[in-house]
Amino acid sequence: MDINKILKRAVKEISSGQIINLGIGLPTMLLDHLDDDLDVLIQSENGILGSGKKATREKADPNLIDAGGNYVTTRAGTSFFDSSVSFAMIRRGKLDMTMIGAFEVDQQGNLANWKIPNRFSPGIGGAMELVQKTKRVVVLCSHNDKHGNSKILKECKLPLTAHHCVSRIITDKAVMDTTPEGLLLVEISDSISLEALIEQTDAELIVSKNLRTF
Amino acid sequence: MNKQLSIEKAISQIPSGASIMVGGFGCPGTPFSLINELLSQGQKQLTLIKNDANEESLGISKLIENGQVDKLITTHVGLNKKVIEMMNEGKIQLEFHPQGILAEKIRIAGSGCFGFLSDIGINTEITSPSQLIEWEGQKLKVETALSADFALIHAAKADHYGNLLYQASAINFSPLMAMAAENVIVETPKLLVPGNLKPESIHTPSAFVSSVVELDDLNDEYKILEHHFGH
Repeated sequence: MDINKILKRAVKEISSGQIINLGIGLPTMLLDHLDDDLDVLIQSENGILGSGKKATREKADPNLIDAGGNYVTTRAGTSFFDSSVSFAMIRRGKLDMTMIGAFEVDQQGNLANWKIPNRFSPGIGGAMELVQKTKRVVVLCSHNDKHGNSKILKECKLPLTAHHCVSRIITDKAVMDTTPEGLLLVEISDSISLEALIEQTDAELIVSKNLRTF
Repeated sequence: MNKQLSIEKAISQIPSGASIMVGGFGCPGTPFSLINELLSQGQKQLTLIKNDANEESLGISKLIENGQVDKLITTHVGLNKKVIEMMNEGKIQLEFHPQGILAEKIRIAGSGCFGFLSDIGINTEITSPSQLIEWEGQKLKVETALSADFALIHAAKADHYGNLLYQASAINFSPLMAMAAENVIVETPKLLVPGNLKPESIHTPSAFVSSVVELDDLNDEYKILEHHFGH
């Protein structure tokens, strides 16, 4: 999977003035891709609003990590608070966007990312509240798993994190939006043909009239 | 009013079978020294309540790996493959809550109330129909308060009365747990004579704290973890 392809595309979703949360894994990797002049407040659910770039070894503070365990820095306007305040902020809808990983996501915008029964159940963490209460939820994930199975499904099979919560899905192969009509393919990777993409996607794709490449 | 105790004496108050809230989100705020004392005293059949399970061979993971913990009430253990493996083998029971709901259950217990209503996760497998009520036309979940026998807390600074101050992302669950547990044991590398903390800077007022342990030095567990760079 081309991680950089996903990150480069995902960073375009972020604009000045937003408050955003970046989930563990692919989303927190975006920290290294943000332009310095971008005035966004990154909310980290362990109790930071306005977490800065990743810290170097020399600057790292053992008491200052993001929710994924990366050592981070502060910036002008950073605040620290306890976990109840952090989730009050989330549940009250103060975040503009959440970027989050997925085990499975489907064409209804349902998301599964906390439990693979009897195999790998990392737990819910902040995910249920983030995806249920943030205005815009963007999923970042590989299009297919390591066995080639599509992670973009007609219907999720794993226990759900939340129903109808996803606005956009960005993978290494496509950018797709959930719409009342179904899953709209808006952008396709320049390294795959439309036929191959459809073949590698379980969900039914509606191809946008303005389909672009990325 | 002087609540200072030796670490041995403070931890010996905990019996086997106790429920214990442990502050910390990842490393920041984790009371490693109190945990290590609990490991060496060996109390068993514990129920722990912590955001995560730390990482393998670190913090509460040591208590779990040592078989001292029957149940962990938590939100996310994705950074601890060992605990996921032990859960899959049935060696420990894990109860997962959405992170902010766990925080709120603890906060509500700490404020002397018994529960609250929420719409989080009501259409998922973490909710059973018996937990739902109809309130002003909306289907909502009754979340009950969560207290514990003990809380183990790391404070950046404390005074002998038990006023506490936390640092940066080490605040997380600590002030909530310090209010919700019956018996609150605090460790701090900076124990000050009362009067040396600015009253308006105090996160947890002394009334909630039972015992304060002064740490002479912080071991390597409190320091930078090399493997957290470059991922």
